[in-house]
Amino acid sequence: MDITTLKSKKSLIWWTVIFTIFILLIFLPFYTQGYAVVLLISILVYVILTLSWVMFSGSTGYMSLAPAAFFGVGIYTSALIGKVFPFPITVLVGGMASFILAILVGALTLRLKGIYFAIFTFGLVMLIAYSLLFFEIQVTGTRGRFVIVMDYNTIYFYMLGIFMLLLLTTYLIKNSKYGLALRSIGQEEDAAAHTGVNVVGVKVMTFAISAFFMGAVGSVMATKLTYIDPFIAFSTTYSFMPVAMAIFGGTGSLYGPIIGAAILTYLEEILITKFAEVYMLIFGAILVAAILYLPDGLVGFIQKIWRRLMERNHVDT
Amino acid sequence: MSILEGKGVTKYFGGLAAVSNVDFSVEKGEAFGLIGPNGAGKTTLFNLISAAYPVKSGIIRFKDKDITGLKPYKICRMGVARTFQIVKIFPDLPVFSNVLLGLHFGHSSGMSSAEKASLALEYLDFVGLTQVKMAPAKDLTLANQKRLEVARALATGPELLLLDEIMAGLNPTEVSQAMELVNRIREKGITIIMIEHVMKAIMNICQRIMVLHHGEKIAEGSPREIANSEKVIKVYLGEKAHATC
Ligand SMILES: Nc1ncnc2c1ncn2[C@@H]1O[C@H](COP(=O)(O)OP(=O)(O)OP(=O)(O)O)[C@@H](O)[C@H]1O
Ligand SMILES: [Mg+2]
Repeated sequence: MDITTLKSKKSLIWWTVIFTIFILLIFLPFYTQGYAVVLLISILVYVILTLSWVMFSGSTGYMSLAPAAFFGVGIYTSALIGKVFPFPITVLVGGMASFILAILVGALTLRLKGIYFAIFTFGLVMLIAYSLLFFEIQVTGTRGRFVIVMDYNTIYFYMLGIFMLLLLTTYLIKNSKYGLALRSIGQEEDAAAHTGVNVVGVKVMTFAISAFFMGAVGSVMATKLTYIDPFIAFSTTYSFMPVAMAIFGGTGSLYGPIIGAAILTYLEEILITKFAEVYMLIFGAILVAAILYLPDGLVGFIQKIWRRLMERNHVDT
Repeated sequence: MSILEGKGVTKYFGGLAAVSNVDFSVEKGEAFGLIGPNGAGKTTLFNLISAAYPVKSGIIRFKDKDITGLKPYKICRMGVARTFQIVKIFPDLPVFSNVLLGLHFGHSSGMSSAEKASLALEYLDFVGLTQVKMAPAKDLTLANQKRLEVARALATGPELLLLDEIMAGLNPTEVSQAMELVNRIREKGITIIMIEHVMKAIMNICQRIMVLHHGEKIAEGSPREIANSEKVIKVYLGEKAHATC
């Protein structure tokens, strides 16, 4: 058997697996208790944020701490217009608002490199949160807002829809010439520019596409929170968690960030309920250990072990 | 006909004039040598032509079009490609993808992806990297990394190619191979500007040579004229005579 048929056979298996998982996920609310759906919503939120983060930061190496800003813009959009428009429109507007914000921020900041970019994007989260708080107290005279309520199953299906779209988008980018351009930017940006890549354009566009998904999932998340204020919507947790989850799972593949986000969200849920006082401590320790001992993330580690096992088998036979 | 022309090209780094009021004109199809002692401003001039830095004053014209102030990717797409003195390959990408990037973004032609892939292989074959096409670029020897930079630059379909010391750090066999490669590029009709400290290569390949010293142009002429110029021998060849042997 030659390489191409081997490859297509392997990808056929992959597609079957992915398809089956999605079918299971779609029918999940119909055969489980409420808690499973709630847990899956939490997992999906972080999976979407992490995958979106990886789309831009994973390949270009620009460490963005802006997820909370885009997520929060989505949440606020939902609070502002959720009662007026049909919900799909709200989700779209939430995504577009983040998209536009990302284009503005990206055009301003993507010439910054390394730590400066990270700090600026983090500053953005704080800036929006405090400006909004000031605005709410001074102008509207309130601190928070109520958001329309939806049942968990509906929230779940919206999240699942966004997740599928995101997965498809990531896959298409990864396998297109823009995916190659992003990787070349991550490795040697100057050389990419002198090889014809519009580096600023590619970076800003990808940053904005990833922000769209963060904003969209934010608009849906708002309905689960039901009550929000600037510090709930723009909680810095949503900036740090996606980074931690991506590093934990490994950014080298599509399923690394998904697995990382799923495991850490589950872990967080367990730790919060069982060890409420020390949960952050345990969580932090696990992260530190992961960074120290899993340089390519959990998935990279498993792949390494797998390869070693395969080699041993070859020697045996 | 001149393909590239510079008038009063100037660049400062703080108070230091790295390139100072330099005029030059490169003819279509020729191999143009750029020499000068360390720190003379040769690489800086390449960086100005390819728009890695903005010029402070002066004007650069490519095919009679003013290209001063354009972005690097625009200049590349217009047909000016370059290599880097300190190699800038994409270390974790396969050799093949390094070259493919040039075909995807350096061209505006509507080639299919199959055509691009087969052209990438042709360029790899042209520089002699077919054997290692799937290796990560970082695993290549220095000589091969320099060849890879040439292949990537060629993949953008240039009319003018800027080669910055592609022979530095190579052994004598590799230097001859590189010289032969440069000649084959010229036979394709691509104009070349090359910076090189390897005098043998410059003298053999180039029709005309320009000499920079402290950012200023101090001489220009045929290899024979340059080799016999008092001024050049004093600032450059004299100093280099003991350095190269
Ligand atoms: N980015 C920079 N910032 C500040 N000074 C610079 C920069 N690049 C170059 N220089 C200075 O400008 C002068 C010209 O440097 P350049 O690299 O152009 O020399 P060169 O002729 O290519 O030398 P070499 O033969 O060593 O490569 C040097 O004095 C160098 O220190
Ligand atoms: Mg130099």
